[in-house]
Amino acid sequence: MTIPSLSLLLQSIVNGILMGGVYSLVAIGLSLIFGVMHIINFAHGSFMMLGMFTTYWVYVLLGIDPYLSLLLSIPVLFILGLVIQRFLIALILDAPEYNQLLLTLGVSLFIENFALFVWSPNYRTMEVPYLSKAVTVGILTISLPKVIAFLFAVILTVILYYFLKHTDLGKAIRAASEEKEGSLTVGINLRRIYYLAFGIGAACVGAAGTLTAPFFYVSPQVGSVFVILAFVIVVLGGMGNIIGAFFGGLIVGLAESLGAAFIPGQLKQFIIYFIFVMVLLFKPEGLFGKAHE
Amino acid sequence: MSNGMPRMRNILVIVAVGIFLVILPRFIGDYFVHLVTTVFFFGYLAMAWNILGGYAGQFSFGHAAFFGVGAFTSSLLQIHAGVNPWIGMILAGIAGMLVGLFIGSLSFRFGLRGAYFALTMLALAEMLRLIAVQVCTVRYPLGINIPIKGNSLLHFQFTSKVPYYYIMLIMMAAVLCLTYVIERKKIGSYFKAIRENEEAAESLGINLFNYKLLAMAISSFLTAVGGTFYAQYYLIIDEEAAFGVMVSIEILLGPIIGGAGTVFGPILGAGVLEFLSEFARNILGGYSGIHLMVYGAILIVVIIFLPSGILGGLKLAYSKLGKRE
Repeated sequence: MTIPSLSLLLQSIVNGILMGGVYSLVAIGLSLIFGVMHIINFAHGSFMMLGMFTTYWVYVLLGIDPYLSLLLSIPVLFILGLVIQRFLIALILDAPEYNQLLLTLGVSLFIENFALFVWSPNYRTMEVPYLSKAVTVGILTISLPKVIAFLFAVILTVILYYFLKHTDLGKAIRAASEEKEGSLTVGINLRRIYYLAFGIGAACVGAAGTLTAPFFYVSPQVGSVFVILAFVIVVLGGMGNIIGAFFGGLIVGLAESLGAAFIPGQLKQFIIYFIFVMVLLFKPEGLFGKAHE
Repeated sequence: MSNGMPRMRNILVIVAVGIFLVILPRFIGDYFVHLVTTVFFFGYLAMAWNILGGYAGQFSFGHAAFFGVGAFTSSLLQIHAGVNPWIGMILAGIAGMLVGLFIGSLSFRFGLRGAYFALTMLALAEMLRLIAVQVCTVRYPLGINIPIKGNSLLHFQFTSKVPYYYIMLIMMAAVLCLTYVIERKKIGSYFKAIRENEEAAESLGINLFNYKLLAMAISSFLTAVGGTFYAQYYLIIDEEAAFGVMVSIEILLGPIIGGAGTVFGPILGAGVLEFLSEFARNILGGYSGIHLMVYGAILIVVIIFLPSGILGGLKLAYSKLGKRE
C-alpha cells in the first residue's frame, strides 16, 4: 500500500470519473437489455469491440474523424443487435434464462474469434494528432479524448433517458420491462420492443466503442476488459436501472483509479470484484434499487 | 432397466467400450492419444461441473476458480515443500473444496440464484485470477514450472503420453460411476428436485442449503483434482491457464452441448467439441481462435435446436422413431 500525494489523488479522481463515463455507456446498454428481456448479454463486449474496429478502420482507411464515425458505428451496431435478436434470440425467448445467456455467449465466442481470424490478435492504436495533446488545468493533466468520451457518454445517456421517459416508444419499452402481461393487454407489440431494446443496447455499446478507440488499444479481445466490468456496474446499479447503471459506472471508474493510486498492480480490480460480491450477497437489487418481490 | 435383457446388453456395451479404450493407445499414435486424453480430461471436468450445474441446477460460471486452486496448490506444494504430486492432488482437491464450501455457504445462505449465482462465481474466479496474476508476475514471470523428474509414476511425470491417458481414463471412469450412482440414488432425486423448483423441494423437506452445498463440495473437489492433472500433464501452469474466463467457459460447454443433468451428456459434449474443433483446426490452419469460433457456432446451434443438449435430442429422435414403428 502506498500513500499517494494530493495531486495524484485529485488526478485519480478526475481520471476515474472520466473513465467511469465510458463504463456507464457500456453498462447502460447491458442494463437496458437485461431490464427488458432478462437476458445477460455476454456478447456485449464483442459488440463494443466491433464499434471500436468500425472507428479504427474508418479512420485508418478513409481518414475520417473518429467522432464522426459515431454516425456509422451506432446504426451498424443497432442493426447487428436487431438481427441477432430477430434471428437467434427470438427463437428461444421461452427457454430457461441460462439458455439465453449461453446463446449470447456463443455469439460472443463466434464474433470475437472470427475477428481474431480476420484482424489477427495484434494490438492496434489510433494516432489522431489533435487528440494526443493533454489539457493542463491547474495541477491536473487531463487527456482530451477521455474528456470528449465522457461528454458524449453523458449526452447519449441523457438522450436515452429522455427517450425512455418521454416518448411513446420509450414508455412502451419501460412498460414491457416492468410488466410483461400488462403491456401485452394494452396492445404493446412485445416482439418489436425486444428488437428495439436489443438494438438500442448494442448501439449504446457501439458508441462506447467508438468513444474509447482513440485512447485505448483496439484488438479482437478488448471487449472482455469491459464486459465483466459492465456486469459489475449493472448489478451495482440494479439490473435494468438505467440511471443506476450511469452512477454505477462512475463508482466503478472511481474505485478502479483510486484503487490504482493506493494498491499496486492488478489488485486494483480486486476491489471492484469485492464490492461486486458484497452487493450481490447483501443488496442484490443494486445500490439504488428498491427491493422487488 | 428392470428386466434382464437390456441390463445384460448395457453391461456388455460398457465392458466392450472399456476394453476398447484400454487397448486403444496400442493402435494410435501420440497425436491421437493426446486428443483422446484431452477429451477424457474435458469430459472429466464437464462431469464435475455437471453435478453442481446440471443435477443441482446451480449454474456456475466460474469453475476456473476450483481448477486454478487445484493446479496451483499441488504445483506450489511440490516446488516449495517437496510434496509428492499424488498427495498434492488430494490436498488440491481439499483446497478446491474449501473454496467451494466458502463461496457456496455464502451464496446459498443468502439465497443467490440463477444469474446472480453465475455472476458471483465469475467474480470469484476473477478475484482469484487477479491474485494469481499478482503472484505470478512477481515470482513466476515464466509460469510455474514443475521440476522435471523424468519418467516416474511416483512423481506423476511421464515422457510418454500413454500413462497420462490411462490416469485420465481411470479418473474419468470414476467420475462417470459417481455420476451414475448419484443419478440412481436418492441424492440425485434431491438435486433434481432443487433444480426444478426450489420452493417445492423445500416444502418436501429437502434441506436446500445442505444439498446445494454437498453438490458444490463434490463438484469443486473433483474440479480441483483435475487442475492437478493439468499441471502434471503440461508441467507448467500460469494464471490464465488456471483461472482464465475461458477455462470456466470450456468446462461448462461440455455438459451444455452434450446434455446437462445426464450421466453421459457431459463426456459426449466434450468429445463432440474437441473433435470438431480439431477438425476445424486442421482445415482452417492454426489460427489461435479457431477452436473457440467453432465452440461458439456449436453452442448457438445446440441452444436453438437442441435445448436439452445432443443427448436430449437423440433421446427425442429415438422415442419418435419408436412411436412410428
